[in-house]
Amino acid sequence: MTRYLTQRVLLAIGVVAGVVVLTFLIARIVPGDPAVAWSGPHAPASEIAQVRRQLGLDRPVWVQIGKYFEGVFTGNWGTSIHTHRPVLSDLRKAVPASLELVIAALLIAVAIGVPLGLLSAAKRDRPVDQAVRVGSILGVSMPLFWMALIFQMVFFQKLHVLPVTGEYDPNVAFAHPLRTYTGMPVIDALITGNWPMLESSLSHLIMPAVVVAAYPAGVIARMVRASVLDTLGETHVQMVRALGFSERSVFARFAMKLAWSPVATVIALVFAYSLVNTFLVESIFDWPGLGNYAAASIASLDTPAITGVTLFIAIVYVVANLAVDVTQVLLDPRIKLQ
Amino acid sequence: MTETVLSAPSRSSLIWRRVRENPLVAAGGAVAVVIVVVAILAPLLAPYPADAGSATHPLSVLLPPSASHWFGTDQVGRDIFSRVVYGARVSPLIAFFVILISCAVGIPLGLAAGFFGGFIDEAIMRVTDVFLAFPALLLALAFASVLPPSLTSTTLAITIAWWPWYTRLIRGQAASVAARPYVESCRALGISRMRIIFRHILPNAVTPLIVQISLDVGGVILTASALSFLGLGAQDPTPDWGLMVSQGQSYFTTQWWLVTFPGLAILITALGFNMLGDGLRDILDPRRTVRI
Repeated sequence: MTRYLTQRVLLAIGVVAGVVVLTFLIARIVPGDPAVAWSGPHAPASEIAQVRRQLGLDRPVWVQIGKYFEGVFTGNWGTSIHTHRPVLSDLRKAVPASLELVIAALLIAVAIGVPLGLLSAAKRDRPVDQAVRVGSILGVSMPLFWMALIFQMVFFQKLHVLPVTGEYDPNVAFAHPLRTYTGMPVIDALITGNWPMLESSLSHLIMPAVVVAAYPAGVIARMVRASVLDTLGETHVQMVRALGFSERSVFARFAMKLAWSPVATVIALVFAYSLVNTFLVESIFDWPGLGNYAAASIASLDTPAITGVTLFIAIVYVVANLAVDVTQVLLDPRIKLQ
Repeated sequence: MTETVLSAPSRSSLIWRRVRENPLVAAGGAVAVVIVVVAILAPLLAPYPADAGSATHPLSVLLPPSASHWFGTDQVGRDIFSRVVYGARVSPLIAFFVILISCAVGIPLGLAAGFFGGFIDEAIMRVTDVFLAFPALLLALAFASVLPPSLTSTTLAITIAWWPWYTRLIRGQAASVAARPYVESCRALGISRMRIIFRHILPNAVTPLIVQISLDVGGVILTASALSFLGLGAQDPTPDWGLMVSQGQSYFTTQWWLVTFPGLAILITALGFNMLGDGLRDILDPRRTVRI
């Protein structure tokens, strides 16, 4: 098992190295000379040459990649052209808001997707199953930016039941100042017992979280269904059935237990996908997270910021994958044999 | 089962029967056919074909849906219904090219990796791993953001994110087939590698490939629309659905039709192709589990 784990970790390190090289290449495709872009359109040739030397653009590509690697691992991810701050500190500020949104979305997605998937598998090929399947495909087919706008139209503008943008109401925050611990208003309000702020931040969280939940809810429902149906066909489950256990207990006590592992994998993967999906949703809800930062960077052609966000999410994705693999091997030693 | 089977039905008639019994495939297939027909017949179906381009009508700006403008008009007075109809020629066509190029790049690489194994396999698959380390939308966004915004850039950026899925799929198929005894005996008989690949390995990979392609159409359309929405894809006056939602954003509080109809077109198209793909997977390839 140790050998498998070492191998898996080494592979992940290799992939991260490849990811760094690829983001370096993306940053270098920018049409035109980065030195010209940096020093402005009317800069004299001597200044451009100096900037080129400063940025290390006169050195061979492999030296530049080496420098880039060094920066990535020592915490120097470049400076945002748009905010004039180090990209890494911008990211650090934006992460809690996105994390709050994505975690809330995944909780909603699990709460909806798991029961629906189980129901669908239990009623295979009946109308309920078909309805759940269409519903889950609807979730993965949803253009989230459109769903966000439609939600604002319905719940804010027509029904006046939910606030339209932001993480909380600034007036409530003024009257009941919130101490920052985690940077996630809901959690901070909860641990400090600031109930007005808890109410305000929860009501602001619902709409964006439900929109981001559409995709993972669909994926989880499909996965639970497929996975339960798979395990129902396995020999030992058939055996339990042959022994005369009721359909209900075969389902609840045997099939469901085995179905969890693929579901856990899929939850870890949709976590990274949902982080990317916030790009389409956060700017609409004016949510101060990674997605908003990314959308603003894209709009202002801020290459260091764009590659920074890209690199960050790719690393999260690789680590999430690795974490899932490792936990699964620890829980189920048969896996390493495959 | 009370029915007595006298002679084994042919494979194609079995598949056809399962298609008819599977409402997902029937519904999804119907939507897919409608989208293709609308795209081909756009000039006949659109009441104001010129509005798909740069026409402007200053006197009929932001009109609500009516008998003469079913989906209303946009901020420069163009008929939204006509633009939505012509939109069937934009992102679905991007999906076609993305998948075509991804297959052209991904399939040969996957075949080479799976069939030859060893160093070639390692080299190809480690590069593939790096591309697969990004969620597809993220990699497409990163590339699109450094390329000049256009439909060609969108297609290129999404293709860069998409080809590795085909390499991985085909490599798995090729490796499992290449290890089977009959391929072994083909080699022993001195049959050329190319012949083995084209006669034995590729035909075995066709079924999962068809399923994958039908599932990917919806995904590429959603990705392309997302890029357009963020301003990285189609540019005005292209009647792209994602771009239309993006442009309608500033008016949606008072003029809901600008955002609603183009977005609905994206949803219905993606839903149709995803239902088709999901149903086809059930019919052709029941053992494969969900890929996200």
